[in-house]
Amino acid sequence: MKRFLPLAIFLVLAVFLAAGLGLNPREVPSPLIDKPAPAFRLPQLHEPARTLGTDDLKGQVWILNVWASWCAACLDEHPLLVQFSKQNVVPIYGLNHKDQRADALKWLGKHGNPYAISIADGDGRVGIDYGVYGVPETYVIDRDGIIRYKRIGPVTVPILEQKILPLLRKLQG
Amino acid sequence: MKIILVLLLLISLPPQAMAQQDAQLEKRISALTSELRCLVCQNQSLADSHADLAIDLKNQVRAQMQAGKSDDDIRAYMVARYGDFVLYDPPFKASTALLWAGPFALLLIGVSTLAVYLRSRRRQLGDGELTAHDHARAESLLRGDSVGDSGEKSAGNTR
Repeated sequence: MKRFLPLAIFLVLAVFLAAGLGLNPREVPSPLIDKPAPAFRLPQLHEPARTLGTDDLKGQVWILNVWASWCAACLDEHPLLVQFSKQNVVPIYGLNHKDQRADALKWLGKHGNPYAISIADGDGRVGIDYGVYGVPETYVIDRDGIIRYKRIGPVTVPILEQKILPLLRKLQG
Repeated sequence: MKIILVLLLLISLPPQAMAQQDAQLEKRISALTSELRCLVCQNQSLADSHADLAIDLKNQVRAQMQAGKSDDDIRAYMVARYGDFVLYDPPFKASTALLWAGPFALLLIGVSTLAVYLRSRRRQLGDGELTAHDHARAESLLRGDSVGDSGEKSAGNTR
């Protein structure tokens, strides 16, 4: 019995450490899930004279994607977003986070524009309201304006197919 | 030209009062931001971090303090956006219970394991009565015989 004690301790430690390795410390559970999406009204990226606000989006399920031309990881998810936007499931609204307008427009021109409308969050205030700390971030917001899902970091095919699409179907159903 | 005038005006203000107020504000800012976690570089506080977001958040803290918000207001503002995770001193509630109680639970497990072990060892050692053989070995040890040394070693190994 005593002989196996070190082995038992090792196994317990190994299980804990393996579980710890599997966790992503960057993924902080958002307190915003199931809470109303913070209200904003910001100038549109393409037509700065016009604004877009959360009020305009009430009554529909929509995705808010936080992106920037300086954000390398945004490029990883971008083709997937472009492809997803063509399926016309729900509109994606882009929050252009702390970016220069010219850079942002050039970036969209080069890589495609999956966004129904992008809005410019130049000073990042709206980003702070949404608890953004790792661009890209993606939020699913329901008809009542409640945040139902948040993804920190690039959206991947498994995330889209296993998390976001089923949720969208449920919310629209 | 206007800027120079404004600067001159600023310089001509009673310097001590302003400096004192500024120092107090800076002190408050650094006290509060050192207990808030920077989310980009998670092992640094907001005060220590030079990440973009940390600088924005520090400016937020400054602006809100200047607007007369209390430290608790600002803490609540941060928690509403980033969760309890931003606090280096998170509150005790259901989701943080393990965090707070865990170390004490481990201590309890350790102490009770030690207690059980000590008790079982005392039982193994018996009542402490010495046999004639023990006396003989003790005497030889006291005399400094080499026999005693080897005797001690083997005694150490027998349980």
